[in-house]
Amino acid sequence: MAVNLRELSKKKVPFTGGHRLCAGCGASIVVRQMLAAADHPVVAGVATGCLEVATTIYPYSAWETPLIHNAFENVAATISGAEAAYRSLKAQGKVDKEIKFMAFGGDGGTYDIGLQSLSGAMERGHNMVYVCYDNGAYMNTGIQRSSATPMGADTSTSPAGSKIPGKPGHRKNLTAIMAAHNIPYVAQTTPAHWRDLVTKTKKALEVEGPAFINVLATCPRGWRIPDDATISTLRLATDTCFWPLFEVEYGEWKLNYRPREKKPIEEWMKPQGRFRHLFREENKHLLEEIQAEVDRNWEQILRFVDGK
Amino acid sequence: MSDCRDEGCQRWQTPAPDATWRDVPRGGVIPRGGNAAEYQTGDWRSARPIHDADLCIQCRLCWVYCPDSSILTNEEGEVIGIDYDHCKGCGICAAECPKEGAMTMIAEEF
Repeated sequence: MAVNLRELSKKKVPFTGGHRLCAGCGASIVVRQMLAAADHPVVAGVATGCLEVATTIYPYSAWETPLIHNAFENVAATISGAEAAYRSLKAQGKVDKEIKFMAFGGDGGTYDIGLQSLSGAMERGHNMVYVCYDNGAYMNTGIQRSSATPMGADTSTSPAGSKIPGKPGHRKNLTAIMAAHNIPYVAQTTPAHWRDLVTKTKKALEVEGPAFINVLATCPRGWRIPDDATISTLRLATDTCFWPLFEVEYGEWKLNYRPREKKPIEEWMKPQGRFRHLFREENKHLLEEIQAEVDRNWEQILRFVDGK
Repeated sequence: MSDCRDEGCQRWQTPAPDATWRDVPRGGVIPRGGNAAEYQTGDWRSARPIHDADLCIQCRLCWVYCPDSSILTNEEGEVIGIDYDHCKGCGICAAECPKEGAMTMIAEEF
């Protein structure tokens, strides 16, 4: 299943320009790469969020696939219903085409609001892929913290100031929660590692049953980074082991990328304005705490991978 | 009617900015997928990417990283230019281009 850009770029990706996502947005890169990876027609669903709002501003849609938006919390339920209807039509002999089903949600619609519908859809075993593009806050409504927001990040509901130094507490490990569902395929990736993302998307679409992919996606506004730093920032996230690239097939953990040299977490945080206050003298201890959490998570993954 | 599948049908077209309720598809549905391409986001741009076809090594990294589907390719998948109607000037293409000078950003003139 080797993928290369020479072949991939020949494809007409069913996702157009002219959507109203911000310049440098990570979400649309994720969608473009994933739809380019799909070898069959896709029926897509989107949870409420930046991606949904900005790609379907009336009377325009950037999607050249069938697209369903229902509500914030139920894209997994919506797509699982569409998939069940498709299976029924297929059994009745009314459809014979091979069609794939994909649900897209942001971290707000996945980690928080849509978690129970996602969990239910995965448990019921629908043949679908759920993609979470995790930019670590409710960016669409003005950068409110979510349970995916990293500790210490300045958001509008965890503002860094004299009372608190950004978001208190660490983020939720959603990929591990999904892996605990023991579904056929769970993976974590970023669009900066396009080969990894495309390969994982192909795998997820091919497995029989539910698959979940968690993708780190930048938000230049929320992360306070320049528009053109999207890809380099994502690369640093994996090199610092903040966002390890791994996959879990039926409970079997596999690491896809081991940085030659594990960089300190400061290197990922420093270019992002949302962490600026952490570099002040009085907040230095928080950096150590964040580093310790990253190390703990990384060690945990290594334990899972090595089976110790 | 809103469920008209004939592409020549007026209801299949994107409603014009001055459309009244009579011209809009029933239920306010978006008539057609992919019609966002008719909406130009190129005027958001404050910096303009310039692609140098002679220097370009055709690695296609700009194509795979562009958030706005604005890297134009031919049937062979080769990069042939920029879609300035939709490019928002984020500069990811120039930042990720491995070949010096093949993709550069210049200030947009207004």
